[in-house]
Amino acid sequence: MSIEAQTLHRETFILNLGPQHPATHGVLRIKLTLDGEYIENAEPVIGYGHRMHEKMGENRTYAKFLPNTARMDYVAAMFNTHGYVCAIERLAGITVPERADFIRVITAELNRVASHLLWVGAFLIDLGGFTPLLYTFDDREQILDLLEAVTGARLTFCYYRFGGVCNDIDDDFIAGTRKFVARLRSRMAMYHALITKNVIFRRRCENIGPISAEICRKYGATGPVIRGSGVAYDVRKAEPYSIYPRLDFNVPVYDQGDCMARYLVRMDEIVESLRIVEQALERLPSGPIMAEKVPRILKPPKGDCYFNVESARGSFGVRVISDGTDKAYRLKLRSPCFSNLSIFQECSRGMLLADALALLGTLDLVIPDIDR
Amino acid sequence: MWNYFKEIFGGAYSLLVGMWITLRHTFRRPVTVQYPYKTLKMPARYRGHIQLTYDETTGQLKCAACMACERACPSNCISLGGYKPEGATRKMVSKYVLDFTSCSLCGLCVESCHFNALEFSKDYNLASTGKNEYIVMDMLKQAQEKKGKGA
Amino acid sequence: MIISHELVIGVVRLTLYVVGLIAFAAFNAAYLSLLERKAPAWFQLRYGPKEVGPFGLLQPVADGIKLLTKQLLVQEGADVLLFKLAPVMVIVPAIMCLAVIPFSETIGGRNINLGLLATFSFSAIHVLGTMLGGWASYNKYASIAAARVVAQNIAYEIPLLLVVVALVMVTHTFNLHEIVAQQAGAFWHWNILRLQASPLMPLAFLIFFTCMLAESNRAPFDMIEAESELVAGAFTEYSGMGFGIFFIAEYANIVVGCSLATVLFLGGWHCPFGLLPGLHWFLIKMYALCFAVIWVRWSFPRTQFYGLLNLSWKFLIPLAFIHLALTAVMLKLV
Repeated sequence: MSIEAQTLHRETFILNLGPQHPATHGVLRIKLTLDGEYIENAEPVIGYGHRMHEKMGENRTYAKFLPNTARMDYVAAMFNTHGYVCAIERLAGITVPERADFIRVITAELNRVASHLLWVGAFLIDLGGFTPLLYTFDDREQILDLLEAVTGARLTFCYYRFGGVCNDIDDDFIAGTRKFVARLRSRMAMYHALITKNVIFRRRCENIGPISAEICRKYGATGPVIRGSGVAYDVRKAEPYSIYPRLDFNVPVYDQGDCMARYLVRMDEIVESLRIVEQALERLPSGPIMAEKVPRILKPPKGDCYFNVESARGSFGVRVISDGTDKAYRLKLRSPCFSNLSIFQECSRGMLLADALALLGTLDLVIPDIDR
Repeated sequence: MWNYFKEIFGGAYSLLVGMWITLRHTFRRPVTVQYPYKTLKMPARYRGHIQLTYDETTGQLKCAACMACERACPSNCISLGGYKPEGATRKMVSKYVLDFTSCSLCGLCVESCHFNALEFSKDYNLASTGKNEYIVMDMLKQAQEKKGKGA
Repeated sequence: MIISHELVIGVVRLTLYVVGLIAFAAFNAAYLSLLERKAPAWFQLRYGPKEVGPFGLLQPVADGIKLLTKQLLVQEGADVLLFKLAPVMVIVPAIMCLAVIPFSETIGGRNINLGLLATFSFSAIHVLGTMLGGWASYNKYASIAAARVVAQNIAYEIPLLLVVVALVMVTHTFNLHEIVAQQAGAFWHWNILRLQASPLMPLAFLIFFTCMLAESNRAPFDMIEAESELVAGAFTEYSGMGFGIFFIAEYANIVVGCSLATVLFLGGWHCPFGLLPGLHWFLIKMYALCFAVIWVRWSFPRTQFYGLLNLSWKFLIPLAFIHLALTAVMLKLV
């Protein structure tokens, strides 16, 4: 066969998975070069939601930056605040009383459950099944009601302060949380029967969108993405902080690296978070919720500090460089979704568009977190 | 061969289970609250816009125009002015304006007040036809109107 | 020309049936679209439309008014004749199919000896209509979607017709009226439980139902109409009533498919316990199947396109062939 006959003339066309699209959760633009329905190149274009949070961190005092932390990844806002507050506390040498630490972990883990429930619903909508969204949102609504009773807000909690938390939890919250934990546990079987065992869902997720551990390491993807590819990296176990070393929980890891593995990691993480919440409620000590002698205008000593927490999406890190004044010299926010998105270009080569969208769904992106 | 049939019938069974779960939910009461015919009660700590509080004993506003809230606000949306009446120990507030279009409901002002003069309202039914109503929210006037209504 | 008594009655009957069938199709489309919004609301623990009219019963009227008042845009560069012809080509076959279906012993448009064949011939035309609509839109994504529709419909015609051929082998007639008459009596006489003809009859019913879902582009097979990944479909360029006609045609196809399933497998107008046969039983069974169609749509995610084709070529066609062979064997032996 001659050379001309061997090289087929393939025409590719460029399609914009534009900033407005039901499948990208937020304003993300992906420039796709398609050959028929196979993806040759997928280039994400970000920045449509850039609000300069890091610059604001340099222009505001440490306390004034607290509301900003919740606006980045608003679905799992507690973790962002947790990372920021712990970084400043480490820099300034503030110790948090035990009760405050327990409350922080309880609210953070509840927020993780809420975030994962939202993800399950949104992922199913991407695949075309509309009903599970409503069921997960029903459960998530109960979490948000509990957290609203404590913090006053449903999504953008501005709850943690330097040295503790701003409001105490009461018996209503504890009783409500216990009831919720029992209820969600009983509903997990229903979710597995409706979604996980469904043959159509399995066909769309098993062996689709494989991500190898090597690629995750190269791009720095963390969270359920890397735990679905066989690497057991969880910041709560690798670099323990707060009261996590005292609690007994597992980190779910699956080897296959496909969409199903990442889905199962998140479903198992919901159950593990419920365990953590239960244990923390049992061992909740009494005491103050705020450290003593925290100055109103915080001026941490000169220094450089990095702190990362395990957010619902991966490892969220905060680096603070302080020059001794009441405003940070530099505030760097390491967003997990940014690193998770960066593997999409390499992993989606040669995939069909529908499968690539399933892969994008399992990366669990919240675009404001990428753009900050 | 056996796997082929197992896949078909196993798959069909999973679909039937899914349909049964969906049908079961038909018999549960809907969780929607039919707003505006029914409303929900806001929890005690709900963050509506801030409002000035009155001192029960003296019948006057607790605010002493110390400007702590103005300094604490990250979005610079509070502006207030005060005056010192003759023979009084502390200042009184003469103007308290909140720019609600920039307020992020963070609560730093409420926490920074030494006199407990600020609290969150439970007001969520905020609607207007223009921005003007909320750029200049006269909190002093609202507090006085509320007291007038109450008394 | 002599205007005889029979001629007048014939003309009146014809007019009534034509108007009646179109009204039936339109009325069904309107209120099935309301059911399509109420049923998922029941499954999803919420209320559906309820503001417009009691229980939302006037919602379809509001939707119709909305569609009628929109501007009919034709894209520049589109083939105007085909663009405007496509909706017509999709809805007319659906209504024509209704003309041969027997609703009850006395109510039925025309009782043709080849009624079954006529139905399937008519229902093959809507594929052409959809493809023309997609192609004439002068829109890349619409043409891709239209090509997908053709592949899907062709793939699912085959098991559908195989199952029907097996059924015809058993009933020895294409006449729909007679097929229903053979199922007189209680539910064990119905074709779905006619196990002496073939032990796989219930399976044949399921294959028929699945193929009917795929033919009307519904449920897990709705690549073209639900938010496909490209947020486009064969109908993107249609606005206002052009889209409205495709919408009505979809529900008319569902009604035709469910009516056929009722007539062929579920005993038509006969009561499950043999008591009071009549139109009401036909309508009950048909609407139960329509509810099942809606129920299936809202319970599962969507298949991928190659999953859809795989299902047909690798699973449904072999099963349909097995059923056909088994029926032939049983016919010979018994």
